[in-house]
Amino acid sequence: MAKPKVSAVMKQGKLTPWLYLLPALIVMGFFIVYPMINTVSLSLKNKDGTASAATTCKEGEPCWGIFENYRYALTEELNTTTFETTWQSFWESSYGNTLKWIVFMVSGTVILGLLIAVLSDRVRYESLAKAIIFMPMAISFVGAGVIWKFIYDFGTSQVQIGLLNAIITGLGGKPISFLSTTTLNTFMLIFVGIWMWTGFCMTILSSALKAVPEELQEAARIDGANEFQIFFKIMMPIIMPTVVVVITTMVINVLKLFDIVYVMTGGNYNTEVIATRMYTEMYKNFQTGRGTAIAVVLILAIIPFIFMNIRRFMAQEAMR
Amino acid sequence: MKQNKINRILNKIPLHAITIFIMIIWIVPTLGLLITSFRPVSLINTTGWWTFLSTDQEDTTLFTIENYVDALVGYRGTRTYLQDCESGDQPVSLNCDLSDLLNPRGMGRAFVNSLLVTIPSTIIPILFAAFAGYAFAWLDFKGRYFLFAILVGLQVVPLQMTLVPILRVYAKLGMNGTFWGVWLFHTGFGMPYAIYLLRNYLGSLPKDLFESAYLDGASHWSAFWKLAIPLSTPAIASLAIFQFLWVWNDLLVALVFLGGTKPVMTYQISNMVSSLGAGWHILTAAAFLSMLLPMIIFFALQRFFVRGMLAGAVKG
Repeated sequence: MAKPKVSAVMKQGKLTPWLYLLPALIVMGFFIVYPMINTVSLSLKNKDGTASAATTCKEGEPCWGIFENYRYALTEELNTTTFETTWQSFWESSYGNTLKWIVFMVSGTVILGLLIAVLSDRVRYESLAKAIIFMPMAISFVGAGVIWKFIYDFGTSQVQIGLLNAIITGLGGKPISFLSTTTLNTFMLIFVGIWMWTGFCMTILSSALKAVPEELQEAARIDGANEFQIFFKIMMPIIMPTVVVVITTMVINVLKLFDIVYVMTGGNYNTEVIATRMYTEMYKNFQTGRGTAIAVVLILAIIPFIFMNIRRFMAQEAMR
Repeated sequence: MKQNKINRILNKIPLHAITIFIMIIWIVPTLGLLITSFRPVSLINTTGWWTFLSTDQEDTTLFTIENYVDALVGYRGTRTYLQDCESGDQPVSLNCDLSDLLNPRGMGRAFVNSLLVTIPSTIIPILFAAFAGYAFAWLDFKGRYFLFAILVGLQVVPLQMTLVPILRVYAKLGMNGTFWGVWLFHTGFGMPYAIYLLRNYLGSLPKDLFESAYLDGASHWSAFWKLAIPLSTPAIASLAIFQFLWVWNDLLVALVFLGGTKPVMTYQISNMVSSLGAGWHILTAAAFLSMLLPMIIFFALQRFFVRGMLAGAVKG
């Protein structure tokens, strides 16, 4: 482990560094570390944290003892009568939806981000194109929710004021109620997420692409490689580490995603994801134990990424 | 030669077509919101916003700013605020003078609240993070590397984890619904990323600079204020923009800790969406009002925004 040494000239008191660190350590300790520990302990208790979760078990129903809240968090949404219903209920549960979000939003943002980064590099209005794609990053999920609710609007009468349904009826189709049709609605929400986050992926991937030496591409061109070969055989391998970083960042973002679902459907019509379900349990049903158990499930899903982050940091430090 | 040139242009058509197609998809939704927010209610609900240029609606005015007035004062009636005030039968909560701008249901008040939440929530974490970043970059202490590695890990802790415990502590201290509660919360959560960014920036400054200052008799305290802070202005700018937009656009923290007692813009809008108290005309105007400041900041300071992002933006 390479440990960068600070200057030997600059002497310091023994306490000095800790005085500089103190404000930061206090707020982080109080707002991040303490709540994490407290959340874990609350997740083993009943709805207001006064007794063990085991006391909430009911006679004749499955019970996981002190882990009762985890039973609720993990299995409540499932209907396990047959394999088919199990799969169906999982697919429409908050976990199934979170999985859809991860798979489709991450791949969508990364692929589109990469595509735009490559394309805009070759046109003269690059900065305009990038500013337009990037702009949704600056606005809130709430604002985006309003924008897209309007696009998806479903009119019961003849007139469609939502753009998408107007296009569909204009082409002779039947209008669709995008936000209340199960399964379709989650994908409609995911598209909003893609709209918001593609700019992030594009920016980072574009700067990685621009760092690929021009000579490499020129040399390949002279050897007769076409643009696609240059991209997949030369550019992609070089920017792969950046792609991995973007993907992990996006997975973390998606796991924590709350606002889009909360604003656009409120978690109704089977659009619930882990983060909104946690909010529902905590602030609508006032089930602190269950809510915190869901929060713990969320952090367990994120822990691998915490370690990936630390490892990446250590690798960077070693190169400094 | 000429053949070649035509070929080159033809080859480029798919490239431009795809690029422009994506640009249109990205810009149209926002454009629709903007146009709608300026159309009178009667037109919004009967025609699509894309018909705004058609001429068969000569008898009504095509554009109005009344939606914005209604949104700012929080008007929820069936007509418009200005009409109601003219005839003198406005709702009891409105006075038809400038004080209506601070009506708790309106976006005017929410705008002020958003500013009151966001500005301290941007300044305090940057100050704390600058201290800590300086220590990590230029001071020697036991566990320096280890502590920093933990900090990198803390960057991705989900905010949702911490809401319940903090809410309980705040309830005991009577801090729910206060600005202090939100400021401190955002400070705690902004810390890992802010320290990470500032430490990396400060650490990249030349060592000689600090050493010669030290030999000239400067203490760490004055080196911090006279060298580190002024030199890291670009990093601080990136950070400030990030934190500002983050807090401004946040819904969850505002929802949980402030709720309706001090409604911010995001809270107000999400309320309008769910409670059906407002139609599209007010909703679109309100949404655009909330986007105004972020958009200005974004277009004016895009450079810093992008730089901060490239420095590694992973945040709770």
